[in-house]
Amino acid sequence: MRVTQGCFSFLPDLTDEQITAQVQYCLERGWAVNIEFTDDPHPRNTYWDMWGLPMFDLRDAAGIMRELAECRRIYGDRYIRISGFDSTPGWESVRISFIVNRPEQEPGFRLNRQETVGRNLRYATESYAATRPEGERYQP
Amino acid sequence: MMEAAARVDSMDTVPVDTIDLRREFEDVEIAPVLAQLDRELVGLAPVKTRIREIASLLLVERIRQKMGLATTFPTLHMSFTGNPGTGKTTVALRMAGILHRLGFVRRGHVISVTRDDLVGQYIGHTAPKTKEVLKKAMGGVLFIDEAYYLYRPENERDYGQEAIEILLQIMEQQREDLVVILAGYGDRMEKFFQSNPGFRSRIGHHIDFPDYSGGELLTIAELMLEGQNYRFTPEARSAFERYIAVRRTQPLFSNARSIRNALDRIRLRQANRLVSRLDRVLTAAEVTAIEATDVLASRVFNRPEAAEMQS
Repeated sequence: MRVTQGCFSFLPDLTDEQITAQVQYCLERGWAVNIEFTDDPHPRNTYWDMWGLPMFDLRDAAGIMRELAECRRIYGDRYIRISGFDSTPGWESVRISFIVNRPEQEPGFRLNRQETVGRNLRYATESYAATRPEGERYQP
Repeated sequence: MMEAAARVDSMDTVPVDTIDLRREFEDVEIAPVLAQLDRELVGLAPVKTRIREIASLLLVERIRQKMGLATTFPTLHMSFTGNPGTGKTTVALRMAGILHRLGFVRRGHVISVTRDDLVGQYIGHTAPKTKEVLKKAMGGVLFIDEAYYLYRPENERDYGQEAIEILLQIMEQQREDLVVILAGYGDRMEKFFQSNPGFRSRIGHHIDFPDYSGGELLTIAELMLEGQNYRFTPEARSAFERYIAVRRTQPLFSNARSIRNALDRIRLRQANRLVSRLDRVLTAAEVTAIEATDVLASRVFNRPEAAEMQS
């Protein structure tokens, strides 16, 4: 099952040229661009690992694309996303976030139903991939 | 991105056999760039020649592309060598704008760094620091002033070597993204290149900045004064001509920088002269005029060499 988080996730995967264009858009608005990666794709997992520090004061997307290539080389079997942080007063938050790399196989999620008092149901989603230990989740 | 899109477009169109050279020349707007350079920079003939050559290369590359011939991205890394005050830094800052207008760099900003910005202080500090600087310079020009400090042969555990290796790697791999300009005094840069042969071969343009002649220095002085809304009186001008002749023979002469410092001191003396007589009405002409006495009061004229030259 294809994970759909962030911008553009219902579109086909972005090509490197398209990613470059998006990153350049962020830079031209003065946002700090971050690269993050994770192998726990649960929709409520907001704590992705950061690839280095947020990249401030850049003018051109080439530097970020180089970092992304380096991140893909090492964590190519995980989800990688790029986010743009806007520090202007009033916003001070992430303005854009999109997935730029995903594992080859995405096994999807199991829905757990737990019956509790009074015939109530509690729902939990769990990634099939997350049943394996961290770091081995998307390896064949 | 615009340039990239334009390139793709021209690839898609059918190659043409003939091209109107003049129209192409006017299209890329090289002429105004070169004219501006001639106007604002005094002397520096070798530098201007090289920029003209680079501009022509761009034009030819564009035409070749339109004709469907193979094009390769030229190596634009440069090294500026010359004595102090010959305009290396000034030209490097200009170069970014020129390359941007000619379409060789995408953004046209300059990141100006020295050894401290590239080399770290402990093991593992240098690589991230250098990479950070390189990332900031992408799409523009990285200007490394006094580049020979990067390499310190007397300390074999110096981290400068690590920075050099990362630089060389990026200079080779990302030639389209980044132009590196090294600057420094001639003899020291020569030693630097001897101990790092990789650098010499990766730099396409070695430009040597000649010393200015007396006449050029006078023109520079007048340009500087004009920028600050001052002017020489005719007597002051000839006094300053003599000042340049004397100062050039003295030690520690650093071309345009010495001239700038001399002008700063002359402005001080002019201000002092104006303030010394308080009970009068000043005109704008008086405030902008620099008199011969302001120039002649310089201690440069009191040195023994100066006395010999005048006798």
